[in-house]
Amino acid sequence: MFRVAIALMAALLAVPLAAAEKTAAKKTAAHKTVAPTQIQFWHAMSGARGAEIDALVARFNASQKKVRVVATYKGPYDVVERELFAAVRDKKAPHLVQIYELGTADMIAARDAVKPIWRLMVEAGTPLKHDAFVPPVAAYFSDSKGRLLALPFNTSTPVLYYNKDAFRKAGLDPEHAPKTWYQMPQALRAVLDAGAKCALTTTWPSWVLVENMGAWHNQPFATEDNGMDGNDARLNFNTRLMVRWVSMLASWYKAGYFSWSGRGNAAETRFASGECALLTASSSSYAELRRAARFDFGVAQLPYYDDFPDAPQNTLIGGAALWAMGGKTRVEYRAMAKFIAYLAQPDVQAHWHQTTGYVPITKAAYELTEKSGFYLSHPGHQVAVRQLLLRNPTRESKGIRLGHFLQIRAIIEDELEAVWADRATPIDALNAAVERGNTLLSQFDRATKPAKKKAAKGRKTSAAK
Amino acid sequence: MEKRVVFRSAWLPYLLVAPQIAITVVFFFWPAVQAIWYSFLLQDAFGLKTQFVGLQNFVTLFHDPHYLQSFKITAVFSVLVAGSGIVISLVLAAMADRVIRGALAYKTLLIWPYAVAPAIAGVLWAFMFAPSIGIVTYALKKMGVDWNWVVNGEQAMLLVVIAAVWNQISYNFLFFLAGLQSIPRSLIEAAAIDGAGPTRRFWSIVLPLLSPTTFFLLVINIVYAFFATFGVIDATTQGGPAGATQILVYKVFYDGVKAGDLGGSSAQSVVLMFIVITLTVIQFRFIERRVQY
Repeated sequence: MFRVAIALMAALLAVPLAAAEKTAAKKTAAHKTVAPTQIQFWHAMSGARGAEIDALVARFNASQKKVRVVATYKGPYDVVERELFAAVRDKKAPHLVQIYELGTADMIAARDAVKPIWRLMVEAGTPLKHDAFVPPVAAYFSDSKGRLLALPFNTSTPVLYYNKDAFRKAGLDPEHAPKTWYQMPQALRAVLDAGAKCALTTTWPSWVLVENMGAWHNQPFATEDNGMDGNDARLNFNTRLMVRWVSMLASWYKAGYFSWSGRGNAAETRFASGECALLTASSSSYAELRRAARFDFGVAQLPYYDDFPDAPQNTLIGGAALWAMGGKTRVEYRAMAKFIAYLAQPDVQAHWHQTTGYVPITKAAYELTEKSGFYLSHPGHQVAVRQLLLRNPTRESKGIRLGHFLQIRAIIEDELEAVWADRATPIDALNAAVERGNTLLSQFDRATKPAKKKAAKGRKTSAAK
Repeated sequence: MEKRVVFRSAWLPYLLVAPQIAITVVFFFWPAVQAIWYSFLLQDAFGLKTQFVGLQNFVTLFHDPHYLQSFKITAVFSVLVAGSGIVISLVLAAMADRVIRGALAYKTLLIWPYAVAPAIAGVLWAFMFAPSIGIVTYALKKMGVDWNWVVNGEQAMLLVVIAAVWNQISYNFLFFLAGLQSIPRSLIEAAAIDGAGPTRRFWSIVLPLLSPTTFFLLVINIVYAFFATFGVIDATTQGGPAGATQILVYKVFYDGVKAGDLGGSSAQSVVLMFIVITLTVIQFRFIERRVQY
């Protein structure tokens, strides 16, 4: 009751504040002859990355006078998406919003609320060149005709981090991490024998161990090109590869070679503290690990099974893109297009890539960075780019785009946990994950199907009200 | 001896209860009605397309074996939270009631945790019990306990119960302390003169006289365990490992708020609402009879 009372008071206080803000905004608008167009931009970057966004926006605002971008940190990725859901329902959506890859299917399904980036740019007379983008990055955010729906903004891919000091102590070559999963056990055994408390662990388990392992070996995750080709995709990652892989991990888990750090990125701290000697994590963790780790570590390509003919294919991207929301005025659309065009510039991209560790999204930005000699001093940054560019993406490796992906990930991790706890066999767990995920997918499919007879009826009744 | 206050004006009593009614309608009845309505709908996350699907959401729910498993987990969780919360705070209240020097300091410290939001409490405990860096984990490892709640379901359950109980103890403590202080001294003294020891006095006099308080707290704590604990779970285990701490309200929160599935989430909250209504009715019909006012 007390909490309710506080909420009420806060709500009451907020009303006059908002009103005051509005009149203030009107006043300033009246004073100047041409007020800059305000663009609301919601993002999910905190800490050092948040500061980098603020700097980026400040540079853009200083570079011209007609557009003023207001960047607002709304919380982590899932919170930003949640806030957007609510804002669209209340018709108060921002102009631009940063949405993580898990939300891509939601955004694509929301045809009436989103303005595709390619259309935005064409209407503003400054179309983006599609082939300027790094192929797997562009492919993920494009429609079936190859047009960009959103601007890839911060992308990363999983890589292998290894503690070079621990490698030296174990008598392993610190310049060469195991290349294949078959070479892995010897290395894990060696670091454990040399006194490491934990050998291999991972962050974001479903993303690294299941989704990327599939693409890396050119094996499917879901039908319809992993959902890139339509909403009626169904999961089918219970493949020979996955059964073998999860069984191998389960035996490593029992032997103490593989340690489970839970969902999310708690494993990062375990690697940075020196507890775990090897870690599979996002390439964008590099800066944070560099800051926190008091030892020498290396970044290597994600290992693979060399008896799969197509491996290594290419890994998948994670991260987020900028989406333009619909229902805005023409002036606002032009202003949004200006900011997007600025972001896609090679020097802006290269700077963003070098300071944050995210993968460059345009080929020009990559070449610019390479020319500047940046990779000589930061070899870790290049591993991720090379992994993404290794081969032309296939149907299985362009990306995964599924509805209710957040819940599907939770289901996969849930089932993996059952394997470690010895409550399910790998094959049963994988089958169960596929089956549970497919229930959600069919639901998503039904909820987002383009309006047919039923929906039309619903519209009529609501109009009658 | 019954006191009766009679209002002269016909509308004044209604005016006086109006704020309370308004708050209940706005914050309880209105959302409850909306939840029931949404539970019959299938909607995309943005609310752009809405279809009426009847009982489909409920059918899907009860065909999901993990949802049914979640009932069992919720039952275990609620009994543990309500049971241990009440017992621990009763012990603490009985002790604090006997303290003479520094009583205020003890009481203040015991009430303190209530000011902490459940999510923060969860983070605090998760940090202390973190599988590799937690200070308690370190101590447990020294004692030879293999503490790893990211894989071990029982340990995960223990962790969320501890965090949830710790947060609620203060509330229970306050009521028990007030209850203890309202027990007439003469009764206890008379029993002491008759030769009853402290244990006997507690079981035969204090506990029965506290029964209205205990009953009230039982209802409140069950409601707390069912509804208010999703913050603790979200900050610690997020329902894992392998669904071991997936209580009903967390799934409502996860599906509705995090995953934007309003229809499915509403169906779950309607189910949850009926469970709690049934439980409360049972408590009032059968347990309240044994309460001595």
